[in-house]
Order: sequence, then structure tokens, then C-alpha cells
Amino acid sequence: MSAPVIELEGVSFAFDGRHPVLSDVTLAVEPLSFACMIGPNGGGKTTLLKLILGLLEPTTGRIRVLGTSPQRARHRIGYMSQHATLDRAFPVRVLDVVLMGRLGPRRVAGPFDRADVAAARDTLAGVGLAGWERRPFADLSGGQRQRVLLARALTSSPELLLLDEPASGLDQKVERDFFDLLIELNRTTTVVLVSHDLGFVQSFVRSVICVHGAVDVHETNQLDGNTIRELYSGEVRMVRHDHSE
Amino acid sequence: MDFLDALPRFAFLQHALLAGVLAGVACGVVGSFVVVRRITSIAGAIAHCVLAGLGAARWLQVVHGQAWASPMLGAVAAALIAALLIGVISLRAKEREDTLIGALWAVGMAVGILFIARTPGYDQDLMSYLFGNILLVRGSDLWLMLALDLVVVALCAALYPQLQAVCFDEEFARLRGLHVELYYLLLLGLTALTVVLLVTVVGIVLVIALLTLPAAIAGQLTSTLRGMMAAAAVLSIAFTITGLAVSYGPDLPAGATTIVIAGLAYLAVLGGRRVLRRSAAVAKER
Repeated sequence: MSAPVIELEGVSFAFDGRHPVLSDVTLAVEPLSFACMIGPNGGGKTTLLKLILGLLEPTTGRIRVLGTSPQRARHRIGYMSQHATLDRAFPVRVLDVVLMGRLGPRRVAGPFDRADVAAARDTLAGVGLAGWERRPFADLSGGQRQRVLLARALTSSPELLLLDEPASGLDQKVERDFFDLLIELNRTTTVVLVSHDLGFVQSFVRSVICVHGAVDVHETNQLDGNTIRELYSGEVRMVRHDHSE
Repeated sequence: MDFLDALPRFAFLQHALLAGVLAGVACGVVGSFVVVRRITSIAGAIAHCVLAGLGAARWLQVVHGQAWASPMLGAVAAALIAALLIGVISLRAKEREDTLIGALWAVGMAVGILFIARTPGYDQDLMSYLFGNILLVRGSDLWLMLALDLVVVALCAALYPQLQAVCFDEEFARLRGLHVELYYLLLLGLTALTVVLLVTVVGIVLVIALLTLPAAIAGQLTSTLRGMMAAAAVLSIAFTITGLAVSYGPDLPAGATTIVIAGLAYLAVLGGRRVLRRSAAVAKER
């Protein structure tokens, strides 16, 4: 059994040392798992993600990612941010966005080489956007932009894929296709995604990390209405999906 | 006299033309970064701090006989110091950034006015610093402008993918291991050098317009940052030369004429796009 990809031990985080967001979080994400972080807004999902990426330092506790510190593991992680936060008017082509994923310790200065461009094209084809290289990023639909950002995260061949709200703003058909793509990727890569939407989580994901100040981890098929009501402290529409194995 | 008749005869007009071309190149490249990264107000503050450098240099020259302290040197020093100061402040104290930028904007200008008040020849100097006088550009200024241009363009070319990534998505760039803060300070430094180039052409008060209007128009016409830079450079040069030519006959201020032309062009492009979009929408409905 290999070591966990993400390992948190007694991690707490508070802004200004006073407003606790997360307290005493201990969790492990095993290699090649497909996990989803869910929880109410303000529950600490984004904070947890930023801790794992090393963008924030825990107040107490220890975080190991890919067997090392988050800062050192960073370039081995593929991170997909929310496309809604990006400037729609930015003049940039699809291939240029994907190429940004080729930046890294090997390429802190200077232009991209042929290997970078070839890798970016391959990744773009892998997410179903071959031939879209020269299109302006601003002209794409929401689903297409998600795919481009996924390609950007994948083009560095990451060992761990972290996705922040990848399904936001997608219609159901596009969302379904997108998750099929993630399931395919999950054969070789550990996938952790953040979502506030419970419906889809259950049909795709194998374990659920519930973030609400504290953190519990559930196998998807053990989730029931009580757990979720507790999590969101209120009535929530519950959709059960059965896993066909 | 007509501009085209006068051009071959007078060296000062040829210098002015070359100054417009040299400033336009850096203006297109760096102006595009300023527009997409949304740091126009920072560029404005840097421009107004240039007055402190110009004033201090002129004071050292005239009152203390320090011949080495050329106004151009003073401008470069003041712009770079202002850029570094604003950069460090905005990285450290994000929530009060606009207040601090506004304060530096005014204080930089006030320091410059104090130096100029203590220097004989106050009125003439102040006017040409504030509103530019492209007709006063000398041969030695052109060499310095060429050097600044080369520094700006070489750095932008060498670090283009990194600067683009930092401007597009700072968080992602940081996660790829780029030193985002260093690139931000570099961008402000490049902005400072470009501001100095443009002060020669249109003066401190009008710099922001020449830095952003060509880039804003170019952004409407192209779909890559590289294309935006090239188009903005061409537009900036075109506006400066047109401004020079139009103002020459009736003896209008060249800087102000240039800016009015650039502003009209921007309005025309925005209006043209609206009309195009509306007719496209109508065509779709049919």
C-alpha cells in the first residue's frame, strides 16, 4: 500500500489567529481515489484547498502532499480554478491558455519550445478540443472554457488533480460529459474536486469529504439524509444513486 | 507653413517625429500590459511622481550647477522609485491600495512643484513638464529614448509567456512556481520607464491617455496579447504623428492635439463595434 497523496494531521486554520475556519482536521486521500469536498458556503472548502496547495499556512498541524510539503509538491499538482473568476475580455487564444500549464520550475523565463507546444496540443485533443487551438478563449462557451482550463491543469502531467467547482455554470449534458472525462483521467491520476452541489457528487465520486469547520470523510454509499442535514444544518433535497459495479 | 513642407527643413520636427516613433513602440507593448492587468491608476501615480524627479534634477542643475543631473535622468529615477514604492505597498496592504496610490500621486506632484518653485524659470518648465513639448526633444534625448525602448522591449520579449500568465491568472502562475511578486514589480518598473518616454511626448498629465487609449482600441481589434501590442504600437505612433502634423499649422499644443485624436478614435471604434454587433444581431433574427 503506497502512502496517501494528501495527508492532514490535526490541521487548524484561523484568519488573523482569531476567526477559526477549520479546526483539528485529520484526513488522508489515497492514491487514485476520486474524492469530493462538499460543504456549505463559508464552511472552509476553499481554505482547505488553499492549504493543500500551500497558498495558506496552517495555524497548527501538519500537511503532506505527494510525500512532501505543499510548496514543494505544487508543480506536480494540476489545479483547475473557477473560470468565472477570469477576465472574459483578456485577449488570449485557447492554446496560449493551455501552454500556461507548461510553465514551471523548468520554464521560469524564456519562450516555450516545440515539446511544450506539442504537449499542449495533445492535451487539448484529449479534452475533445482538437482544432480549437487558435480560437479566442473569450469566444468559448462555459463548458468549453472548463475543458480548456482542465487541459491547462493536465498538460504538466500532474500526479494529483485538484478542481475547484468544475461543474459550476454547466448544463446537465455538458456536466455529464465533463465528469466522464474526469472518470477516464482517474485511472491514472488522483482526483479531488470541490463542489457545493450534492446531486452529482454521489453518482461519480467514491468518497466525500464534508467540510464544515470540522471535516468528516464518508464513503459515498454510506451518505444518508442525516449526514447531509447535519452538514448543511437544514433540509436538503437528497438524490440517491446506486453504483453499478 | 505646412507640416510636410517643414519636416525636411527643420531638425526639431524630425526629432519630434522620431521621439513619437520611439515612445510609441514601448507604449504599445507596456500599455497593453497596463490595460489587461488593470493598473491604469498605478501608471497615473507613477507619471505624476515623475514631476518630483524632473523638478529635483532641474533644481540641482540650475541652482547647484550639477550638470550631470539631466531632467531625463531625474525622471527615470523618480519613476522607478515610485514604481517600487507602489509595488511594495500594494503587495503588502491590499485593502487600502487605492488610497495609497492617490496619496503618492499628489505627494509626488507636490514635491516636484516645490523644487520647481525654488528654481528660476518656473513657469516655462512646469508647463512643458505637465503638458509635454515634443518640439523640444534634442538629439541626445533620442539616444536615451532608444536605450529605454530597447530595455523595455527586450525584457517583454524574453519574459512574454510568464508576464502573460501572471496577468491572466495570478494564482495559477504562482502555483506553477513563478515568482508572481517579482513579475509584478518588473511590470511596474517597465511601466515607469514607458511613462518617462511618454512624458517627453505628451507631458505628465496626458500620459495615461496615450498609455491606455491605443491599447484599449487594439484590444477591440485583436484576440491575442501579442497582436494587441503590435496594433497599439502602430496606433500610438499614428496618433502622435497625426497630432504633430495637425497641430503644426495652427500652432496648437501637439500633446493635447494627439490625445484628442486618440480619444476620438477610441469613441469611433466603440461606436463602430456597437453598430456592427447590432446589425449582426438583426441578421441573426432574420
